[in-house]
Amino acid sequence: MGLIKYISGIFKGVWSLLQGMAVTSSYFVRPWTIVTQQYPENRKGNKRGRSKKKLEMFERFRGELVMPHSENNEHKCSACGICEMNCPNGTIEVISKMEVNEEGKKKRALDKYVYHLGMCTFCGLCVKACPSGAICFSQNFEHAVFNRAKLNKILNNEGSKLLKGVE
Amino acid sequence: MITEENINVGIKEEEFILNMGPQHPSTHGVLRLVCSIKGEIVKNIEPHCGYIHRGIEKMTEKLTYPQIVHLTDRLDYLSALINNEAYCLCVEKALEIEVSDRIKYIRTIMSELTRIASHQLWWCSFGMDLGGLTCFFYGLRDREKILDIFEETCGSRLIISYNTPGGLMADIHPNFQKKVKEFIKYFRKTLPEYDQLLTGNVIMQERCKGVGYISKEDAISYGVTGPSGRGSCFSCDVRKKEPYSAYKFVNFNEVLRCEGDTFARYMVRMDEMRESMNIIEQLIDNIPEGPYAEKMKGVIKLPEGEYYQRVEAARGEFGVYIVSKGEKNPYRVKFRSPNFSNLSALNTMAKNQKIADLIAIGGSLDYVIPDIDR
Ligand code: SF4
Ligand code: SF4
Repeated sequence: MGLIKYISGIFKGVWSLLQGMAVTSSYFVRPWTIVTQQYPENRKGNKRGRSKKKLEMFERFRGELVMPHSENNEHKCSACGICEMNCPNGTIEVISKMEVNEEGKKKRALDKYVYHLGMCTFCGLCVKACPSGAICFSQNFEHAVFNRAKLNKILNNEGSKLLKGVE
Repeated sequence: MITEENINVGIKEEEFILNMGPQHPSTHGVLRLVCSIKGEIVKNIEPHCGYIHRGIEKMTEKLTYPQIVHLTDRLDYLSALINNEAYCLCVEKALEIEVSDRIKYIRTIMSELTRIASHQLWWCSFGMDLGGLTCFFYGLRDREKILDIFEETCGSRLIISYNTPGGLMADIHPNFQKKVKEFIKYFRKTLPEYDQLLTGNVIMQERCKGVGYISKEDAISYGVTGPSGRGSCFSCDVRKKEPYSAYKFVNFNEVLRCEGDTFARYMVRMDEMRESMNIIEQLIDNIPEGPYAEKMKGVIKLPEGEYYQRVEAARGEFGVYIVSKGEKNPYRVKFRSPNFSNLSALNTMAKNQKIADLIAIGGSLDYVIPDIDR
């Protein structure tokens, strides 16, 4: 009895291995199931090879904080500092200055919006908290730089102004 | 003077100390297991934790309540959304807020997707620990589909921070329901392949059956929860015992196995993926209308007191305990992490087993080190 059990055990074992191989070899003959993407070739969506699909991130993807500017170099940030307060790890520094507007009143305006990309945990609280929708996330995910100082970014453009009508 | 007697102080005769980790592929992170072995037999295991201790519980004391959510992701990063949910439920419990049904449904679907993704990754790494490298590719291939769903709706793949106290960060993406249904259809076809590839495999069965036994009594006294506990007949599913979110609206079975060995823990996880798909299928078409976030005060302050909420994370019972003094920061936050308790049972499971079986046992416990150390 023992011998029969032993031999049938061997055959069952080999059969189970063949079962597994049936799965793997079925993928050999089904090239359309390949999911590998050829990064970085697919960044521009070139036509060669299997990387025809252009690499695109989803629109909600939280890649990097940016401050959109209009064509007249105007942003919507009123330098209220709410985003700075909501950030859990001090990634944002809002540096404001006092400006005199046309009516001769003194008003706080944005001087520099400093964003330390290296400290950001991409939690999204700043964007959610901003009352005027001045900041948003871009889809850029390639953050590698040669120098750590390059991760400290200033988000508002040189000489940019507050968009009219934003308080 | 070194003599026969004092050369081995503290070490039993003929026992050899072997360090497994902190940099060992099968410990899935920086965990150090100090094993006393006699020949090839493991006599004692002492886990040394703390290599990735970040002081998260202390950090929470300086943060406001909405800010803490992003730290809960960083405990058990494979069940990030479930941890988020646990924390948010605890805050909502303290504030006595009842969130809308829509939020509950979405949270439950997201939790179950997280559970499937986590079990898929466990399956890959378990197969790889036992030497089946193919599993690793197949599991990751399918997990990618779930991560894409997360990315489209939540904006992030691993460290998600999608829940906030009082709701969600954003409403679901218009494609969400379609994609989830596609995924379920696809994964129902692919899961039998997993079984064919690994579950029936003779090498895997020989290495798992009867290895790493833990009795129900031991599992309860060590607090082994989740799939590892349910592999020992310990019925501990929080989703059944204390339904939270939308679990009271769905029908599902608690997967239980009574063998208590590595193979039982394996099978519990495989069956749990099927149960999770059942849960998602019941919910996905009936997401009710409603707000995706309740109106909250600008500054959240919990009333003075102590609050506890537990949920079923992918690896076991995850608990959040908040002590509030009425400030905008908590006074103390304690996370009850499932992996820490599960790890404590490792010694009982692996005693008098072969050192190679320790890999299989560790794989079946599915530990995530940042959750152990916090
Ligand atoms: S995403 Fe989070 S960590 Fe990053 S800047 Fe915004 S609030 Fe700070
Ligand atoms: S980005 Fe928004 S929240 Fe931050 S300072 Fe500007 S207006 Fe205020």
